[in-house]
Amino acid sequence: MLETLAALLVFQTIGEMLAFAARLPIPGPVLGMALLLAFLLLNPNAAPRWRETGVGLLRHLSLLFVPAGVGVMLHVSRLESEWLPIVVAVVVSTALAIAVAALVVHWAMRWTGHDEATPVADKKQEPKS
Amino acid sequence: MTPRLSAIWVYLETTPLLGLTATLLAYVFAYRIYERAHFNPLANPVAIAVAALVTLLALTGTPYKTYFEGAQFVHFLLGPATVALAIPLYDQRAKLAKLALPLLLGLSAGVATAIASAVGIAWALGASRETLLSLAPKSVTMPIAMGIAEKIGGLPSLTAVLVMFTGITGAIIARPLLNALRIQAHPTRGFAVGLAAHGIGTARAFQVSEEMGAFAGLAMGMTGLATAVIAPWLAPWLISLLR
Repeated sequence: MLETLAALLVFQTIGEMLAFAARLPIPGPVLGMALLLAFLLLNPNAAPRWRETGVGLLRHLSLLFVPAGVGVMLHVSRLESEWLPIVVAVVVSTALAIAVAALVVHWAMRWTGHDEATPVADKKQEPKS
Repeated sequence: MTPRLSAIWVYLETTPLLGLTATLLAYVFAYRIYERAHFNPLANPVAIAVAALVTLLALTGTPYKTYFEGAQFVHFLLGPATVALAIPLYDQRAKLAKLALPLLLGLSAGVATAIASAVGIAWALGASRETLLSLAPKSVTMPIAMGIAEKIGGLPSLTAVLVMFTGITGAIIARPLLNALRIQAHPTRGFAVGLAAHGIGTARAFQVSEEMGAFAGLAMGMTGLATAVIAPWLAPWLISLLR
């Protein structure tokens, strides 16, 4: 567990440093994620050792949303004055994104001959929210 | 409150203990309700926990800043959790390679739609520039979205709220919408939900099937990465085009 946490923090730190030094518009943790993915592809032995803690952290991802979500109380006046554009944009845009992504993947799978392709899932645990 | 109790309260308010404890308790309480509601997406645990905490802070007159001094320890873990998204992405590498082309096409179309439609609709209805920039990364999982908002000049704390709202919306509308479109395959359904509604949509997908959840998790990671690359250029360009 400690080794995994240390590894995650190291990759985050490298990501932050790269983003800062190269003035990239990408957030440091995202670069850290890309670097960790590259590292795992090059060192397959690390994945089984880090999976439990890493995936455990992701299983509680929605808890981590809470402190920032409580920040809604800082935006009461903005939400009151702009509730209409915000609500319509979020609801319609979310529906459009789901529909467009689903239809494009559906058509592209047919087109590439992967119609209804359902490769057997290697029962891995995934982030819960 | 009795004088003695309020003295204890005043003492506790100066330590980070209270914000941290309240956050964990609120979440445990909210998750119990979600379980009792048989995981109905309307009983979203993040929404319930946030509502409970906002009520608590309002009733006790505690400023958000004081609360956050404790809650920041939970918030901090968003960074390492984002890095950890590489692990499920790595686990899905075989599927990713096999379905790379259809998924990349869906990803590009979906991410562009999510950003452009949110910004375009909010602009048409008169939202301010800050709100538009904060809305652009709304479909991305919270830690990445907040990072993007900060980079492009939005308000990370507002983005956090919009991300939460988007996730709950996606979890509620995905099933009827995908049924209406006659999209049946679980990989496709999962991918669409994870792309549009990040972690909250992914949690929802896992309740339907392991396969749907895996593809939702995959889409969440890919969308985070793609939006982090695209949004810093696309969002300001769209806004300058619309103004």
